[in-house]
Amino acid sequence: MRILDRLLGRPRLSSREIAKERLQLVLTYDRTELSPSLLEALKGELIDATSKYVDIDKGEVKVTLAREGRRSRVVADIPLLSSQAGSSG
Amino acid sequence: MGKVITITSGKGGVGKTTATASLGVALAMQGRKVVVVDTDIGLRNLDMIMGLENRVVYNLVDVAEGSCPLSKALVRDKHVSGLYLLPAAQTRYKEDITPEDLVRICDELRKEFDFILIDSPAGIEQGFRNALAPADEVLVITTPEVASVRDADRVIGLVETADKGPIRLLINRLDPARVRHGEMLGQEDVIEVLAVELMGIIPEDEEVLICANKGVSVALNGGTPAGLAYQNIARRFLGESVPFTTLGKMPGLLERLIRLIQFAS
Repeated sequence: MRILDRLLGRPRLSSREIAKERLQLVLTYDRTELSPSLLEALKGELIDATSKYVDIDKGEVKVTLAREGRRSRVVADIPLLSSQAGSSG
Repeated sequence: MGKVITITSGKGGVGKTTATASLGVALAMQGRKVVVVDTDIGLRNLDMIMGLENRVVYNLVDVAEGSCPLSKALVRDKHVSGLYLLPAAQTRYKEDITPEDLVRICDELRKEFDFILIDSPAGIEQGFRNALAPADEVLVITTPEVASVRDADRVIGLVETADKGPIRLLINRLDPARVRHGEMLGQEDVIEVLAVELMGIIPEDEEVLICANKGVSVALNGGTPAGLAYQNIARRFLGESVPFTTLGKMPGLLERLIRLIQFAS
């Protein structure tokens, strides 16, 4: 089956790789009290809070959990809307 | 003073009891005085795996309740000298002993033994709490399966929260060929996911079941892949640095034959 996929040029992960990816994702959430829905709520509040101070691109905000060894961290990526003062071009 | 090592996994059926018995045998073969303690009250199995089921008279709960002195409850192993079993009670419940009972009993055992290996019940409830309480070290067992690794991670988190450790990992039933074929998580995958120190890898080995059937430990026979792996772990516990066998690299035929002959003689 995997040979067929390769012949047809379909990249396919082995079940070993799938298992590892699934574990990494589920454990990231297991280790914190944050469920995906709570993370979504946090994202909403971060958008509200940040918007009070600066104009942001609300559609592009990303709030994710990252792992480092056995520790996890919340990573928020909040792009600012280019204002006249900040814009270079 | 003896060292208390709690062997736990979260998920059931990954090989805690077999690992406890085998590690006990392997450490005793190195000349250490070892006691294995079955804390799976109500689901007693360590006696069965060790072939000692007919010798059990008193148990851990009797000792905890003070109805029997500790020395009277210890069962001497049939195969290795210096190895003893403190059996669980079969007709009682996890709640019949407390973490304090186990700490007290282990403190007494420390005076007499070099290693006290505690076979924890599956789960993260009272039985696990009991088994964890006296631990100086924790050996977490997982198989290379998603459910087992997830549960191991949960247990590692709970051990960390309880401020117990060091925590080390034993990967059980790894099949090097399936790892190579991309059908099973490899040792690197499991370690990367769980981010704990590796203590040993037990390869999948038909001998383990055969030995369990007979009530003889696989660790007695260094000619078997699993037996050799347990002997290596025992040496690591004694501070030796023994390299981990790489994927698929088993001892050569000649080497295994020599070990088999040594074992038979």
